[in-house]
Amino acid sequence: MDRNRSRREILQAAALAGCGALLQLSVAPAAATPEMMQDAVRAVIGEAPVQKGKVKLDLPPLVENGNSVSCTVSVESPMTADDYVKAIHVFNEKNPQPNVISVKLGRRAGRASFSTRIRLADSQTVTAIAEMSDGSFWSDDADVIVTLAACIEDPKP
Amino acid sequence: MARVLIHVPASAKKGEIIEIKTLISHVMETGYRIGITGVPIPRDIIDDFVCIYNGEEVFRAKLYPAIAANPYITFFTVATASGTLAFSWTDQHGATQVQTAAITVE
Repeated sequence: MDRNRSRREILQAAALAGCGALLQLSVAPAAATPEMMQDAVRAVIGEAPVQKGKVKLDLPPLVENGNSVSCTVSVESPMTADDYVKAIHVFNEKNPQPNVISVKLGRRAGRASFSTRIRLADSQTVTAIAEMSDGSFWSDDADVIVTLAACIEDPKP
Repeated sequence: MARVLIHVPASAKKGEIIEIKTLISHVMETGYRIGITGVPIPRDIIDDFVCIYNGEEVFRAKLYPAIAANPYITFFTVATASGTLAFSWTDQHGATQVQTAAITVE
C-alpha cells in the first residue's frame, strides 16, 4: 500500500474502477445494431446486390409479447426445376444477435413459403432476404412495435 | 429428448403441394438471460432442422436463439410418391431427434 496517497486520490481511483466495471457489465448483453445486421447479411449472402420486391414478410405491426411473434415469409416464384428459391434468411436489428433463421429450400418445395415463431427484443425492423436459383437476392422489411421484450428478461423465480 | 407434433396429410394427389406443420418442445434458451442467482443461464438451442422425403432433403432450417421456445415451423413440399417423411432436429450439443410420418400418394 502506498501510504503517501491522499484519501481523495484513493476514492477517485476506486470510483474510476467502479465505473469501468459498470461499463463492462452494460456492454456484455448489448443489442445488435443495424450495422451488425448489415455485417450478418453480408456474411450470409456475400457482396451481391439486394433488390426490393418478390418477398413478402408477414409480421404483426404491434406485438404485445416479443417472446413469440408469428412470422411468415413467402416469395413469388414459379418453383420449377430451373427457377426456384434456394434459400430465405431472416435478420433483425436489435436482438442480441442479428440472425433469426436461415431456410434452405429447393426444387421440391413447391411453394417458397414458411412460417415460424420468433423472439423480438425491441421495436425494430425485421428483414427477409431470398436467394433465387439465378443468383439474385430479393428482400422485404417489416417494422414491428414490441411492448414486452424477449431474450433478456429475467426468468420467473 | 422432447415431445414432437407433426402434421402431414395422410394422403395426397401426385404433384399436389402439401403443407407440413412441425413443433418440438424445447426451451430454446438464448444464453442472454440472467438466472435468479445472478449467473447467466447457458445457451441451449436446437440449431438445425431438416425434412427428408424418401431419402431426399426437401427443407432445412438453421435456427438461432431468436426462434421462440418450442420451435414451430411450417413449410410446403410437393407430394411426389408414397413413402415416409423423416424430420430431425439437432441441438447445439449434437443430440438428434428423428420422427417420421407416412404419406400415401395416388
